Amino acid sequence: MSNSTLGSHEPADRLRMEDVRERLANKSGPRFWQSLDELAETPEFMKFLHGEFPDVAAAPSNLDRREFLALVAASLALTGLTACSSTVPEKIVPYVRQPEEAVPGRPLFFASAFSSAGYGAGVLVESHLGRPTKIEGNPEHPASRGSADAFTQASILTLYDPDRSQVITNGGRIATWDAFITSMSTELDGARTRRGEGVRFLTETVTSPTLGDQMRRILAQFPSAKWHRYDPLSRTSGDHAVYHFDKADVIVSLDSDFLLQHPDHLRNARDFTSRRRPATDGGMNRLYVIESTPSITGAMADQRVAARSRDVVQTARQLSVSMGGGSASGPGQDTNQQWLNAVIKDLNAHRGRSVIVPGEYQTQELHAIARDLNMSLGNVGQTVEYTSPVEEDAVDHMQSLAALVDDMRNGRVDMLFVIGGNPVYTAPSDLEFGQSLSRVRLRTHLGLYDDETSELCQWHIPETHFLESWGDIRSFDGTATIQQPLIEPLYGSKSAYEILSAVLGDSTKSPYEIVRDYWQQSNPQGDQFEAWWRKSVHDGVVAESKPRPAAAQSPSRGLPPAAQTEQMPTGLEVVIRPDPCVLDGRFANNAWLQELPKPVTKLTWDNAALISPATAQRLGLATEDVIEIRSEGRSVQAPVWIAPGQANESITLFLGYGRTRAGRIGSNRGYDANRIRTSASPWLLPNVEIRKTGSRYPLASTQHQSSMEDRATVRFATIDQFKENPRFAPEARPEPERSDSLYPEFVSSTDYAWGMAIDLSTCIGCNACTVACQAENNIPVVGKDQVANGRAMHWLRIDRYFHGDIDQPEIFFQPVLCMHCEKAPCEPVCPVGATTHSAEGLNEMTYNRCVGTRYCSNNCPYKVRRFNFLDYAYRDTSPVLSLLRNPNVTVRSRGVMEKCTYCVQRINQARITAKDEDRQIRDGEILTACQATCPADAIVFGNTADPESRVSRLKAESRNYGLLAELNTRPRTTYLAKITNPNPELKQ
Amino acid sequence: MNELPIEPRQTPIIGPGYTYASVTDKISSIVLTKKTPKGWLIGFGISFILTMMLLFAVTYLLVKGVGIWGINIPVGWGFAIINFVWWIGIGHAGTLISAILLLLRQEWRTSINRFAEAMTLFAVSCAGLYPLLHLGRPWFAYWLIPYPNTMDMWPQFRSPLVWDVFAVTTYATVSLLFWYVGLIPDLATLRDRSSTRFGRILYGILAMGWRGSAIHWHRYEVAYLLLAGLATPLVVSVHTVVSFDFAISILPGWHTTIFPPYFVAGAIYSGFAMVMVLTIPIRAAYGLQDFITMRHLQNMAKVMLATGLIVAYGYLMEIFMAWYSASSYEQFVVSNRWTGPYRVAYWALILMNVIIPQTLWFRRVRNSVLGLFLVAMSVNIGMWLERFVIVVTSLHRDFLPSSWGMYYPTVWDWATFAGTIGLFLALLFLFIRFLPMISIFEMRTLVPGTEAK
Repeated sequence: MSNSTLGSHEPADRLRMEDVRERLANKSGPRFWQSLDELAETPEFMKFLHGEFPDVAAAPSNLDRREFLALVAASLALTGLTACSSTVPEKIVPYVRQPEEAVPGRPLFFASAFSSAGYGAGVLVESHLGRPTKIEGNPEHPASRGSADAFTQASILTLYDPDRSQVITNGGRIATWDAFITSMSTELDGARTRRGEGVRFLTETVTSPTLGDQMRRILAQFPSAKWHRYDPLSRTSGDHAVYHFDKADVIVSLDSDFLLQHPDHLRNARDFTSRRRPATDGGMNRLYVIESTPSITGAMADQRVAARSRDVVQTARQLSVSMGGGSASGPGQDTNQQWLNAVIKDLNAHRGRSVIVPGEYQTQELHAIARDLNMSLGNVGQTVEYTSPVEEDAVDHMQSLAALVDDMRNGRVDMLFVIGGNPVYTAPSDLEFGQSLSRVRLRTHLGLYDDETSELCQWHIPETHFLESWGDIRSFDGTATIQQPLIEPLYGSKSAYEILSAVLGDSTKSPYEIVRDYWQQSNPQGDQFEAWWRKSVHDGVVAESKPRPAAAQSPSRGLPPAAQTEQMPTGLEVVIRPDPCVLDGRFANNAWLQELPKPVTKLTWDNAALISPATAQRLGLATEDVIEIRSEGRSVQAPVWIAPGQANESITLFLGYGRTRAGRIGSNRGYDANRIRTSASPWLLPNVEIRKTGSRYPLASTQHQSSMEDRATVRFATIDQFKENPRFAPEARPEPERSDSLYPEFVSSTDYAWGMAIDLSTCIGCNACTVACQAENNIPVVGKDQVANGRAMHWLRIDRYFHGDIDQPEIFFQPVLCMHCEKAPCEPVCPVGATTHSAEGLNEMTYNRCVGTRYCSNNCPYKVRRFNFLDYAYRDTSPVLSLLRNPNVTVRSRGVMEKCTYCVQRINQARITAKDEDRQIRDGEILTACQATCPADAIVFGNTADPESRVSRLKAESRNYGLLAELNTRPRTTYLAKITNPNPELKQ
Repeated sequence: MNELPIEPRQTPIIGPGYTYASVTDKISSIVLTKKTPKGWLIGFGISFILTMMLLFAVTYLLVKGVGIWGINIPVGWGFAIINFVWWIGIGHAGTLISAILLLLRQEWRTSINRFAEAMTLFAVSCAGLYPLLHLGRPWFAYWLIPYPNTMDMWPQFRSPLVWDVFAVTTYATVSLLFWYVGLIPDLATLRDRSSTRFGRILYGILAMGWRGSAIHWHRYEVAYLLLAGLATPLVVSVHTVVSFDFAISILPGWHTTIFPPYFVAGAIYSGFAMVMVLTIPIRAAYGLQDFITMRHLQNMAKVMLATGLIVAYGYLMEIFMAWYSASSYEQFVVSNRWTGPYRVAYWALILMNVIIPQTLWFRRVRNSVLGLFLVAMSVNIGMWLERFVIVVTSLHRDFLPSSWGMYYPTVWDWATFAGTIGLFLALLFLFIRFLPMISIFEMRTLVPGTEAK
């Protein structure tokens, strides 16, 4: 009851609530009643009573004292004056102006872009009441077209990483932005008088137009300052080549993992796999791969050869010679001539519809040869476009870094701003970046983490995550995206824009203003700008933002033949590559990516040195033996992993590990390959020595058996075999006839029968689905020891099988998730009925009923069920991690079984929406997390009761089969057999 | 006392020269002595320490979770289930000796049935811990019991684990009743002979007013026979139900119809072996060779041999069926057992369960107490290995090669196992000290000359 009922009249003897409150304040129990008693005597109260409870006041004689006091107390309680309230009243305020589209419980999606080594991939971020919880691809964006890779999916965890740096520090002590500005302004004023002599900026790959513009203005203000670039993942050579694999019939990859380790890999994957289905228009493409390290691109190859890195170059030379041009002399073994002939013949038969793809981390010579070959085959403008670089003011990164180090060492650098990146860790060790850095007087580092670089810098400023700040970025083909934040910066972070704006003299501008001002000024539309801005931000794509392609240059670029520069290396070579999960170490503290099994080796939490079986035998090495690798006076110790498919006499080392200051997750894991790296040849060491140290290092892998053991798990055939016997897949292990069962068939009472089809011809094994599922379903991380003991919690795993000759194996991927069997073996054995079957065909898992006998897991032939052996979900109690969780999915406690639910929360959401709108759920309306993120569109979920749905049509294909269907489980998740397209002339 | 020479017939099942009184004296004096033997103190001390270790291991398990053990995906069941089956199996000998041999009127059961029945009870107690402890959320174990509740939920009755609940609780209840009813006349004897007030009161309460009157004896016989009849089918049914834990699943190596008889035979096999392993030292320590004579040991050895042959037949049938089925999964289970990572366990199993017990064919071995003890020990270990091989080899490599794994027991697995052995022995030691380990009144019926009356 508010004061308003007491009216606006103010008679002198009106009972004033404030007085009453005062009188009754801090009284409880008998004293309260005593005070109340006293209060009841006052004339003010009697008047109040008359006013509020006329009936009561009129008949006090019927009440005895006790009843009367009770009434008094009750009436006062109704006015909110009980003696028990000791808490400060909290006001729950609903939206004063509720945004039209915000419905509590319904997430909103906002467009932004993820930075993949500096290049943008458009995303849609799911936001629950102002908190981003999940990232999906942006269907409007040409690079991603709705899909997202594992790194993008995992970046949401980086946003909420408790180890992120949270405060600005100066010399290790907490400082403020104002203190930084004050200090910097003074320094920069001094530098300005010297025209910026000694001022250096070091960034990673910058494709942000705004940032590029800011840097150019800085360089205008400080003409003697220099802008260096170093991104460890940047290519050392080559042109900016945008591929169109959907137009290619024949693809030759020369050590290129274009499906994963390429800035444009999402588009590549989508385009490439669009031509992998046997029924595709234009026929299946054919992929030849020659590579040293087994990669997912190599796994997709129709013809694969494992060869040393320098032999790949030799192959390129031979190709070049055969196609008429270039020299073939140079070190390296000759590739099998028959193989080459077949390739050449195929290429010639598909002029203009073929493409040669040089490896990202291969030599300049190889890139030049590839470009020449593409030109001579008429592929340029069809399957590949050479454009001007999308990177702002592109330079050779290694040269830029080396120049900076040289200047630092010689005392020519006075102030250094490291904007993003971690060069102390990622720079090749021969540069001795860290030591040179100590010669710089003033060092500032902007970064997400307090890492190896910030340790050596005075000022460290926490960087905003891409989900926390406005920005802009270009994708590999030049499409620009304006990034919008999903949440206010969690900590006192700043973006690169603000740092550079401060350097330019304006420290008060917000990133929003900075970015908007740039676009307004560079893209003036007058009064249309606001509409244009809103549309661009909403769509996640700035329309018509691709740069023009560069004019085609003449074929010969006059590179000297390689024979001049190299001796004949005969020994083992070492190939260095970014790790498939943590890349160069930037994701070392991301637990999802650390626990993600690497696509081909299935290793987690560590890097290893990959050695081929034959070479391991020759050297007497076994998996987990620790070897020391020595090259040019530098050495590193690494555990061995015997990898079928690895080239002989070639060892692959991976970056990203051996970090000292990555946070709790990433520090002190694995070995640091940078120790042996040189700036002259950062990706290849042609001649190394190996020494067995005699010690062993345990490695945790999620899959121990790589042979299919003749169990027809992945069914595959060449396209000719498939045409001969289209039903080879289901016939390999026939499912029992439905009529054989004594039980009547279950008749569903609903219109929906959910099912899924996974196309093994298109699945590239990139792991995006695994991380998407982990993000969507609050799946915990268990740590290396638990993974080693077979307790990884991924609901969706990608099995990897080797087949055939162990030295040149075929590699197959198969995503395995709960099959939602119609006759599920897990259901009848649960003693408490925690796993049941829904009328729509889902095998349901009821977490709060599970007592944890694990019989269901024992009885599951697919072993897709995961058990919480320990308290995985609640081990890390950092409060910020609770923001990460999807509110629509239960977080499971220990002792409870869990498994894929076909994203039942999404199904239910769709059902509710459809019911609200009084319609059926449309085909394609429900995208499971794995389906939504898959770049290859390999996973299709839908209603099998509807014969027109996409999933029904896929299941009707002749190459559809159920895994272990011969056990009569009747899995609702079925597979489409893998069809390969090998060259009939090559008997492999 | 000398060991009597073996004669094919009429071998006495009790030593010469005993009367009612001397039989009663000898057995009850073990309990009623004021001076606890030093050997008992040492034995009980060690068992008690192991029991404390069990307590510690269980506490840590409840605090941390089932992950402290070595189980994983794919091997979701490890030592917990292996030991559960092993302990339940051991219990079967007691029930067979008490109930079935009673109904078959085998008089030689008298000196061992009390002890064996006690062993059953303690084995079932140890076994019963495991289905509770191995749960991920043991505090909800009661959900497996059908009780009316506000959730309107019943257990899922198609699951063999629910059948286990009924089987094991029935078994424990009937065994306890049977054992206790059988004890009543002897408790009365102890009450009458006890020299301490405490003893008289305690045994008096437990004896439930037994006066040894004719009516009492009549009621006793009826009750005992009824309980024996009730307990007899349990010998077959309980371990059959336990075997369903495996047979109902689809795993190759588990999914086989021979499991019920195979498990029951194995249970009796291991049970008799455990009875042998326990009675041989005890009869030596307490000088009971006149009551537990060589004939008893030989009979038990013969039962062991017979059940051992059934078990061996079971192994052979598994192998034959794997071949005959033409199922590559079944065949792989067999070849994996022979040559896979757990082949040492498998071949040790064959050695200890099949080969070594064949020595029982030889009279020399059957006559040698040490020989019998060693063979029985071998069978105990062999039967444990059998459960290990069944549980682990089928789970660790099943249908999809990508999910193959290994099972390595942790220190907590071993600690819990050793702890249950400690609990078992501690209970046994207490039983020996405070209750008559041989049925006094039944032994009295064996004294020669009683039939004449």
